[in-house]
Amino acid sequence: MSGVSVTKETDDARPASGDLVVLSNVNKHFGALHVLQDIDLTIARGEVVVVIGPSGSGKSTLCRAINRLEPIDSGSISLDGKPLPAEGKELARLRADVGMVFQSFNLFAHKTVLENVTLGQIKVRKKDKALADEFARTLLDRVGVANQADKYPAQLSGGQQQRVAIARALAMEPKVMLFDEPTSALDPEMINEVLEVMQQLARDGMTMVVVTHEMGFARSAANRVVFMADGQIVEEATPEQFFTNPRSDRAKDFLSKILHH
Amino acid sequence: MFDFLEGYDLLGAFWVTVQLAVFSGIGSLVLGTILAAMRVSPVPLMRGFATVYVNVVRNIPLTVIIVFASLGLADIFGITLGAADDFDALSFRLAILGLTVYTAAFVCEAIRSGINTVPVGQAEAARAIGLNFTQVLSLIVLPQAFRSVIGPLTNVLIALTKNTTVAAAIGVAEAALLMKEMIENESQLILISAIFAFGFVVLTLPTGLILGWVAKRVAVKR
Ligand SMILES: Nc1ncnc2c1ncn2[C@@H]1O[C@H](COP(=O)(O)OP(=O)(O)OP(=O)(O)O)[C@@H](O)[C@H]1O
Ligand SMILES: [Mg+2]
Repeated sequence: MSGVSVTKETDDARPASGDLVVLSNVNKHFGALHVLQDIDLTIARGEVVVVIGPSGSGKSTLCRAINRLEPIDSGSISLDGKPLPAEGKELARLRADVGMVFQSFNLFAHKTVLENVTLGQIKVRKKDKALADEFARTLLDRVGVANQADKYPAQLSGGQQQRVAIARALAMEPKVMLFDEPTSALDPEMINEVLEVMQQLARDGMTMVVVTHEMGFARSAANRVVFMADGQIVEEATPEQFFTNPRSDRAKDFLSKILHH
Repeated sequence: MFDFLEGYDLLGAFWVTVQLAVFSGIGSLVLGTILAAMRVSPVPLMRGFATVYVNVVRNIPLTVIIVFASLGLADIFGITLGAADDFDALSFRLAILGLTVYTAAFVCEAIRSGINTVPVGQAEAARAIGLNFTQVLSLIVLPQAFRSVIGPLTNVLIALTKNTTVAAAIGVAEAALLMKEMIENESQLILISAIFAFGFVVLTLPTGLILGWVAKRVAVKR
């Protein structure tokens, strides 16, 4: 330790701007299916990237590769300058630095909302229970479900569950948050309450990778849209550019389908 | 009418039955949980071992296992579990070992079916916040798996209680051995059978009722 700083930033003594997540030449197969093909993607600190594309194009696999829930065949992925470690202690620590929010919430059904948000803090970050509780309540308040802390996930609406899931991920104080279609399992009237929380996160400077077809969110919160098809990144552009004037035929075709239905 | 009972230690025999059931019950729950954890572990060697264990052990008759424990382990290999000179203690311990080894295979399968009821997404979410394999299993998967298989586990424990009678084969002085002795010496065949049948119901019925109640209380709402 240098002794200059005692904050958690000590770890990140490299230039504060810079690239947070770097994928280079990443390939992944499921059997004969080439799901990720030579993916190069760099996400800067504080950037919000929306990943969009037809079903089966590899968006979820991309997200899952970033925190190594899915191992890759070749290429490299690094987080904050460090390459992803193999299975083991190191990897668990890395995962804690990457928050993940799933389409189906995946809250721990046998634990209360509060316990869902404190578990990782206590077991992974080794925080004191009282401190973990306090931080959890702050986060639950931030996502607007503070009054549900003692309920079980099944007693909450989908929108509330997803907001708890966001709080659970934030509790690890991650460097980057991955969202895999966070609103597509929700009833329409609950989509906005979740998007608002995500928008606030984006405004607070969180680095985010969001798989979503919510164009409103992409336009208002994203710095960049990445369009994937058949395991490849076909197009990258600003949201404005992408939605009004897509360059590739694949993107034009895809947009015409999601815009008129 | 019950005069013939005099001179027989009925309660003592059932007490041995209870001890066999409780000790092997605890042992098989522990061993069965470890086996179930191995069956879902990412290490192929562990998965293979547990799979072979379950498929071999549950297909061997319990009598064979218990007799093997007595003749094979004790007499041939000289494994005496710390009771070399005390024949009664030795067969008691060997019976517990045999019952544990046998019942663990069934406990393992019950728990594994419970593990399958826990949505994979929860295990993934647990890994995503940085929990390691052991933590995911012990904090997220197993607690929910147990709650969903209390019913099947109850059946395994009731079967175990009745299976303790096989210990008579190697001379453990439990209820079935006493019953055999009484039937040989007395003439009240039907009455004796009824008494022992009643004794086992008294042991197993509350187990079923209590665990049934527990299962309802701890059920995980989805
Ligand atoms: N575990 C797996 N085993 C085999 N094939 C898989 C697996 N997971 C995904 N796939 C396949 O890989 C391809 C990419 O899947 P992925 O889930 O990444 O797509 P996606 O872009 O997220 O699609 P969606 O919009 O439907 O969620 C699909 O064809 C899918 O069927
Ligand atoms: Mg997907």
